[in-house]
Amino acid sequence: MADNNAAVQDNDQPLLMAEGLGKTYGRLSACRDVSFALYPGEVLAIVGESGSGKSTLLQLLSAQLAPSAGKVSYRMRDGVMRDLAALGEAERRFLFRTDWGYVHQDPVLGLRMAVSAGANVGERLMAVGWNHYGRIRDTATSWLERVEIDIERIDDAPRTYSGGMRQRLQIARNLVTEPRLVFMDEPTGGLDVSVQARLLDLMRNLVSELGLAAIVVTHDLAVARLLSHRVMVMKGGRVIETGLTDQVLDDPREPYTQLLVSSILPA
Amino acid sequence: MNAPVYNFAYLDEQTKRMIRRAVLKAIAIPGYQVPFASREMPMPYGWGTGGVQVTAAILGPDDVLKVIDQGSDDTTNAISIRKFFARTAGVATTTATADATVIQTRHRIPESPLHGGQVLVYQVPIPEPLRFLEPRETETRRMHALGEYGLMHVKLYEDIARFGHIATSYAYPVKVNARYVMDPSPTPKFDNPKMDNCPALQLFGAGREKRIYAIPPYTSVVSLDFEDHPFTRYRFDAPCALCGADDSYLDEIVTDDQGSRMFVCSDTDYCENRQAEGHRGSESAAPHKERPHG
Amino acid sequence: MTAMIDISRAEKTFTMHLQGGIELPVVSGVTFQVEPGECVVLSGPSGAGKSSILKMIFGNYRCDGGRIGIRHQGALVDLASAEPRQILSVRRATIGYVSQFLRAVPRVATIDVVAEPLISNGMARPEAQERAGQLLRRLNIPERLWALPPSTFSGGEQQRVNIARGFISDLPILLLDEPTASLDAANRAVVVELIDQKKRADVAMVAIVHDDEIRHLIADRIVDVTSFASAA
Repeated sequence: MADNNAAVQDNDQPLLMAEGLGKTYGRLSACRDVSFALYPGEVLAIVGESGSGKSTLLQLLSAQLAPSAGKVSYRMRDGVMRDLAALGEAERRFLFRTDWGYVHQDPVLGLRMAVSAGANVGERLMAVGWNHYGRIRDTATSWLERVEIDIERIDDAPRTYSGGMRQRLQIARNLVTEPRLVFMDEPTGGLDVSVQARLLDLMRNLVSELGLAAIVVTHDLAVARLLSHRVMVMKGGRVIETGLTDQVLDDPREPYTQLLVSSILPA
Repeated sequence: MNAPVYNFAYLDEQTKRMIRRAVLKAIAIPGYQVPFASREMPMPYGWGTGGVQVTAAILGPDDVLKVIDQGSDDTTNAISIRKFFARTAGVATTTATADATVIQTRHRIPESPLHGGQVLVYQVPIPEPLRFLEPRETETRRMHALGEYGLMHVKLYEDIARFGHIATSYAYPVKVNARYVMDPSPTPKFDNPKMDNCPALQLFGAGREKRIYAIPPYTSVVSLDFEDHPFTRYRFDAPCALCGADDSYLDEIVTDDQGSRMFVCSDTDYCENRQAEGHRGSESAAPHKERPHG
Repeated sequence: MTAMIDISRAEKTFTMHLQGGIELPVVSGVTFQVEPGECVVLSGPSGAGKSSILKMIFGNYRCDGGRIGIRHQGALVDLASAEPRQILSVRRATIGYVSQFLRAVPRVATIDVVAEPLISNGMARPEAQERAGQLLRRLNIPERLWALPPSTFSGGEQQRVNIARGFISDLPILLLDEPTASLDAANRAVVVELIDQKKRADVAMVAIVHDDEIRHLIADRIVDVTSFASAA
């Protein structure tokens, strides 16, 4: 019972917090005044069209870009909330290899295309000091199975894979170290509709099974609906509407959100 | 013999100082690749311009120089570099490993143990062990700086996945002084254990890539491996056909145009010493005899 | 108070920005309570706001005024002002919603669509699938279809899958949006039976039903929504 309470309390603490986050390039403001808290196990979708600032925001949140204003804090595995800008480069990169995942829209950016699938998945393990080939291979195999890649293909390089397989491999590569937070940048962009559906289903299951928190950038409201608990609508670098995903999509308030929602093609 | 138009050992003194500073820094940070302003040398890249510059910078009039190429003192490359320094520095040269104070090498470490006071200068084509997996120099530098070497094991993983064992047989990556991962130049991995805790100073020069790195005497050098696929030295099963040595690295020699071949020590000095001591292999004296044609 | 749902003076207006910002008042002054084991049926003509009220109770539509009190894990939560996280927690542990239309993830097997609410509340997959199977069998979905995704099913089959998914969990509040709309008589009877069972399990329910016969069978009380219609 005490343990249970502790767990509940733990989940009441945000995993990641953005406060007054902004990024300007000279006079151009790519993203302004973004504040929110993300809790463990929560999936947040950032939606908006090209140029709305959602990709900039994702880069700020994942510490790949230094903010011009505000800050991002993250609860490290020891429970301490740390300002990402104050982390050393080694710490930040370590976070990226262990506690975070980053799924690129283009799997070529997230994979080593000339290295076998098994080694692509195993790399993160080797990076945190795994030094037993058999165990690395077993773990890679079980992850390939989890993302529905035929294990016969474990020694093939991803350049021989289809787009959907590459994306699933990228997900396995990211999740193998059991991160607590995954950033996804248009994870289904550029895939056929049927391939998208399979990928979305897979991601949804993995996220809920592993209790992952995720921040998903997408221009596809259907993706937001399937994957996310909460949604943030961006326009012109600002968050114009935020709330529960089904609330925002079924009962949009802002003119722009209403326009976005009304622009969805009927399935 | 000394060609008066050249400075001692060909390079001007300012250049030598620049190289010595790089060498000192490299010794101070074992395994770290120090950039240096590599000069154009009177030989093409790939023929040992890096090694030659390091040798030129450390050579003194009292030094005794030995130059080997694939272990051999008498190949074209070894002979020309030896002659180059004999002419430009007037130093004594030798083929005897034990007598040399400076040994410049391409692709081998002599079989006889090196001793304190000796310097082994390696010629290096590509100094960056991470290069074939990570093409970006900015990224490899960062990985060295932060000690992120998981990628190195990816290469070994690929070997095992493809061949069932670690098939990398030369330029086998090592970790120096428990810090930097280093490419030991294309020496066979058979020689890797000789680098560990070696009494001699080991210097590495890459002319085209403009890098110098070093292993100071008595420094730990560990070949990377997996717990379940430990590092092993590779060697031919047969003993040397000339001297009968069963502990040396062997070269395959084609002896005629019928496809006949034999395996002999790659280290010619070692092999000849053993033969002089009376050791014999299965084909002793064979390569020294011209076969009658007809 | 013992009520599971306690709504007072709730109101909702849509602002249609794409139509020049016209205001579309839907309901105001919505006030009623639902006790455990009670099924309240909302009545009124189409467009009177029945569905909107149901969606407000689920937190799907935002509430512009008033209070939507839900007894959640022993405490009263006001959904009109709750944080998204709280609403999610209420949905996980307290309120279930059976809509007319199935909104399922493509490619997921029917049996898993139905079992999912149990699994996400921590039940082991085999046990959850076992219970899902029982319910599907009761709703006359042939076993050979269970492994297929319901998106390929007929409208009536899809609705029964949706009902199974809605009724499978043991949540103390259920919202039913025309649960019997396109069902044949036999399946309608099954749904009535399921609702009866929920009542005996002290589940508080709010339903929209157009079929008079069904309404009489399930309603403990009827709340006329026309009285909440906003004066436009």
